[in-house]
Amino acid sequence: MGHVLETRGITKNFTGTKALDDVSIYVEPGEVHGIVGENGAGKSTLMKILSGIYRKDSGEIFLNGKQVEFNNPNEAIQSGIGIVHQEVSIVPNLSVAENIFANRQPVNALGLINRKQMNQDTMALLEEFGARDIDPGGQVRFLTIAQQQVLEILKAMSCNPSVLILDEPTSSLTDNESEALFASIRRLKEKGTSFIYISHHLDEIFKICDSISILKDGRFVCRADVKDIDQPFIVRNMVGREITDEYGSGQKQRTAGEVIFEARQLGRVSEFAKVDFKLRKSEIVGVFGLVGAGRTELASSFVGLTQPETGELYFEGKPVKIRSMKQAISMGMAYVSEDRKNSGLFLKKTIRDNIVANKLKKIAKGPFISKKTGDRMAEDAIDRYSVACSSKEQLAGDLSGGNQQKILVAEWLSDVPRVLIVDEPTKGIDVGSRSQIYGFINDLANQGTAVMMISSDLMEIIGMSDRVVVMKDGFVAGEVAKEDMTEEHILSIATGVNQERGIPS
Amino acid sequence: MKFLKNLVRQREFTIVAVIFTICVVMSFASPIFLTFGNIKALLMGIATSGIICVSMCILMVSGGIDMSVGSVMGFSAVITGMLIKASCPIVVSILAGLLVGTGIGLLNGFIVCKVGISAFITTLAGLNMYRGLTYVVTHGFHQSDLGAKFNAIGQSTLFGIQLPVYYCIILVIIGDILLRRSRFFRQSYYVGSNPAAARVSGINTDLVLMFNYALTGFSAALAGIIYASRSGSASVTAGSGMEVKVITAVIIGGASMSGGEGSVIGAFFGAFLTGLIMNVLTLLSIDVNWQQFVVGATLLIAVMIDTLNNKRRMNQSRKQSRRARID
Repeated sequence: MGHVLETRGITKNFTGTKALDDVSIYVEPGEVHGIVGENGAGKSTLMKILSGIYRKDSGEIFLNGKQVEFNNPNEAIQSGIGIVHQEVSIVPNLSVAENIFANRQPVNALGLINRKQMNQDTMALLEEFGARDIDPGGQVRFLTIAQQQVLEILKAMSCNPSVLILDEPTSSLTDNESEALFASIRRLKEKGTSFIYISHHLDEIFKICDSISILKDGRFVCRADVKDIDQPFIVRNMVGREITDEYGSGQKQRTAGEVIFEARQLGRVSEFAKVDFKLRKSEIVGVFGLVGAGRTELASSFVGLTQPETGELYFEGKPVKIRSMKQAISMGMAYVSEDRKNSGLFLKKTIRDNIVANKLKKIAKGPFISKKTGDRMAEDAIDRYSVACSSKEQLAGDLSGGNQQKILVAEWLSDVPRVLIVDEPTKGIDVGSRSQIYGFINDLANQGTAVMMISSDLMEIIGMSDRVVVMKDGFVAGEVAKEDMTEEHILSIATGVNQERGIPS
Repeated sequence: MKFLKNLVRQREFTIVAVIFTICVVMSFASPIFLTFGNIKALLMGIATSGIICVSMCILMVSGGIDMSVGSVMGFSAVITGMLIKASCPIVVSILAGLLVGTGIGLLNGFIVCKVGISAFITTLAGLNMYRGLTYVVTHGFHQSDLGAKFNAIGQSTLFGIQLPVYYCIILVIIGDILLRRSRFFRQSYYVGSNPAAARVSGINTDLVLMFNYALTGFSAALAGIIYASRSGSASVTAGSGMEVKVITAVIIGGASMSGGEGSVIGAFFGAFLTGLIMNVLTLLSIDVNWQQFVVGATLLIAVMIDTLNNKRRMNQSRKQSRRARID
């Protein structure tokens, strides 16, 4: 048969819901096999079974023709299945080298860790990946998120796996870094390594994959060679319907009103400087920039999470100091954070508790919280955003990444805020839910909300924004009107390739 | 140059610098400070807590904590004492005491890892339970007259210094090398810092944690037996308050309550610094009641310096990476 990896009839149940139902896929030697599907289609569950984190209820796994059983991650690694997890799983206090060689450090004759050897091995890996700016001995907590992601990939590669699973590996990489990753994948592919590649970015699938399997609602839909198919084919099979007007440009019924929120010469040391920024009623302003351009930091200072050190903020023409998120909320501002794990969701609380977290006052009767109102709100939100969950009492931490994002959006978009700031609103979300979220943002803008949308996804920026502000190295590098929005133009401003075009007249 | 810079950045270096400064100042301030007798007393004062610091540090690096060490210390010591008085061979009595301590540690680890009760609560319960058991089995009586042979373990001297000081130093050195360089002990950093990441890296987190709890129980028992031998009696109150002392020292030495950082040598310096402060305050005849206050303040200042330093470095590295992008 010659498959490197094959699953037959994998089934997995989680308390009542069937996460995987009779899934059979295979991977050929030396190919990059994409797995695509909506959030909650079972991709992550399948990968966790393949890497020994979950145990399957039934079905068989064959690796190089031999049937295998994994009781823990170590057994999967030993057998030759490596995985790069979607969430960065580094140990911040240890060195780069120790993170890569976790539990496999080279030892000397006495059984003690040989640091010199370990650092040399790390150096070799870093060079092969083209990441020479990373110091093997440096502590990982001082690396950027992108560098940490690179580390994750190196860690998995250093085990010389026969199949390497990459789960959304580019989610925090810049384009250059993604290209470097693709180059490494191709190089390793030639040496005979096979890959399973999971991504919501269909363009990446076409760039790097040889074949794909499509999953929907925990079931296997079909397998196809990438050269035989096109993007609509994938979307049709994973969503079960055609998506034509993804960004909802057909439903745009608005003209920008007066300025509601304004920043003048705003600055914060080592974050951003001299930022002039205006948000108008019924307008969506896209904020684009490379990772580290200062977009998130700027948004944080708008909603009182940090304090600007220079410059002023104006709300409806009057100067304001926003000292806390609470104050921002009371002014009618809403903020959907980029980092849903750390500053967005309460992972150990139920869906219900998360949705009502920012409106306890509203659902309270006197000093007590009304459970009924909260329940109703939660049920509405689950319905409206079609969150895939067993009930409103499910813990937010048990949901898939995309569904967590929907909960976060639901928490903030249930009202019509006057100013809405969303940071990477569709990060890790599938096409179907993405167009839903776009719909909600469009609705709000139509109803008068001023929207600031931070995103690294150029297509999303162009599709959604009425105006784009481009940031670079903490400065506003330029502004682009609707009619001038092309990928090349925005990117050239963000990267500073073509300065004279970037500076607005 | 880079080596020097890294050295200065280490928490251990800061503590040694503080210790050194205090020593220099004190050598002028007090004629007694640098005498052999005072140094001996100082070292002897931290020998017992120093032994527990080694394993507590390893445990805290892996994200655990053990509030029951003081009680385990007392309980194991009276078990050994009672067996000796029941004319059991000394070696058997000591092994029994160590076994009891290790067993309690293992039980703590089991409850934390497998039952899933928080480490603080589990061992806080242990703190009460084992102190209570100590009183139950002894009816509140100290176990004294344990014989010259047993007392020799804690009272003999080498080069004029009592043996417990050597025990402590040897254990600190071994512990530090193991935690720094051995693959098994190194796992504690991964477990303490990011258990999920450790698990997917193929580390058996429960095994590591349970081992560390057992090790802590073992060393608490060891410290208790040495303490009993040194004082010639297994007292029912021996080791009370030890958990606070040890945890304070470990944190001053660079560990955190959330795990993933710290070193054995740092923990030892932490213990040394607290012992030194006590000693200094006594020599300067400052009201005894100030001692506890000063130790508390030292803890707070040490952690504050560290937190501020990290924030500054975080800012620096952010600026650097920005500059790198502009270039």
